[in-house]
Amino acid sequence: MKRYALFLGCTIPARQPNYELSARKALTKLGIELVDLAETTCCAPPPIRSIDLETSLAVAAYNICLAEEAGLDLVTLCSGCFESLSAANNMLKGNEHLKKRINRVLSEVGKEFLGSRRVKHYLQVLVEDVGIERLKRKVSRSLSGLRAAAFYGCHALRPSGLLGLDDPERPRILDDLIEALGAESVEYRNKLKCCGGLLRGYSDELALDLAREKIINASKAGADCIVTLCPFCFVALDMGQLQMRSRYKEAYDMPILHYSELLCLALGVDPEELAVQTHKVKIDKVLDKVL
Amino acid sequence: MERAEREKAAGLSFPEEVASRLGGETIKLCYQCGTCASSCPVAKITPKFNPRELIKLSLLGERDEVISGDAIWLCCSCYNCQERCPQKVEIAEVIYALRNIAFEEGRIPQIYLEFASALLRDGRIIKVSKFVEKRRSTLGLPPLKPTGVEALTRILSATGFNKLYERREQK
Repeated sequence: MKRYALFLGCTIPARQPNYELSARKALTKLGIELVDLAETTCCAPPPIRSIDLETSLAVAAYNICLAEEAGLDLVTLCSGCFESLSAANNMLKGNEHLKKRINRVLSEVGKEFLGSRRVKHYLQVLVEDVGIERLKRKVSRSLSGLRAAAFYGCHALRPSGLLGLDDPERPRILDDLIEALGAESVEYRNKLKCCGGLLRGYSDELALDLAREKIINASKAGADCIVTLCPFCFVALDMGQLQMRSRYKEAYDMPILHYSELLCLALGVDPEELAVQTHKVKIDKVLDKVL
Repeated sequence: MERAEREKAAGLSFPEEVASRLGGETIKLCYQCGTCASSCPVAKITPKFNPRELIKLSLLGERDEVISGDAIWLCCSCYNCQERCPQKVEIAEVIYALRNIAFEEGRIPQIYLEFASALLRDGRIIKVSKFVEKRRSTLGLPPLKPTGVEALTRILSATGFNKLYERREQK
């Protein structure tokens, strides 16, 4: 059984414990052991990077140090955490001067970044440690007939040189993982375009314009749902649809699912166990189709 | 003296000032081809943001316009521009460097201050409410481990983040 330190970050425990729930259930069922580390903090994502880049690198490196001390690789469920931690990890591994600078800061808390561990998004754990073929064999409730629109968002893929999750222009990982469950991954216009999530709270109008385009394009392609791998993309598209209804006076009804929820359904988990009632856009249409 | 003020006093040109900072190192490689602008999802929907234009203004030394303008805050940080730049300008990072300068001069959107204040208080940029924390056991989730907020405070004071932030709060 492969063990990982689970890095939860902020948004998931604060706003989306249902996402955490489905991810823990699915990964555990697939033989991945998750360890909760004490003393972690926020990963220091874009809002903190906007204030001070050095601080955000030091905070990310501090969290990686905790995993290094525990002798574990880190796994994240959030693309924001993935990008902050993985980019910092690889940046510091490749830049001795910067590593020294950050280690001077970390010496204040008795830590030293060594660069001995990996940071993975949980989709990488599914592909690398479980494997697509083994995953297919574990499916007890095939999702055949379901048309799912894979949405990668930005920070799982880019900056690709530092993250290395997949090809930033033609990624396959999420499509392959959706198809492993028996569902069809539908192509749609501007699939790789941003959800606008990071503009929420600063320019809600621009953020909603970007999110709306995703909903429209996935609908036109005949998708039954959009599948996300990041809590920010999830909010932008799920909660976003409620805001779109009032802003554009248009009716949107596109269920948004975390990939881990889809995975749990395919692994035979009862939807009652997944707290899916917390979705703003109800996912009943999807459940009717697969159950 | 703040770093930005020091650099101004030392007579550094604005492109040099940006290039001397973490994240800003690649700005001078830009040859204005516009690949960034045509890859930018925000530039497609508003005339207020254009990454090529922002880099050009910076290279021309239009410091005040860049630092006090709205544009630097409209980047959605998707990294498409950076990914596709033929000159390997790390555009998204350059924009972070510009935001860092703006912050040192007291310019920051309110939402970012709220994130920073939550971070300093709880170790998370979004607070986990008591209600949500209690609900975890009903959902079958393990209790949350305590955050390393004390270590974080020491890191933030070592980098000067604390001081910068306090100054902003008083303004």
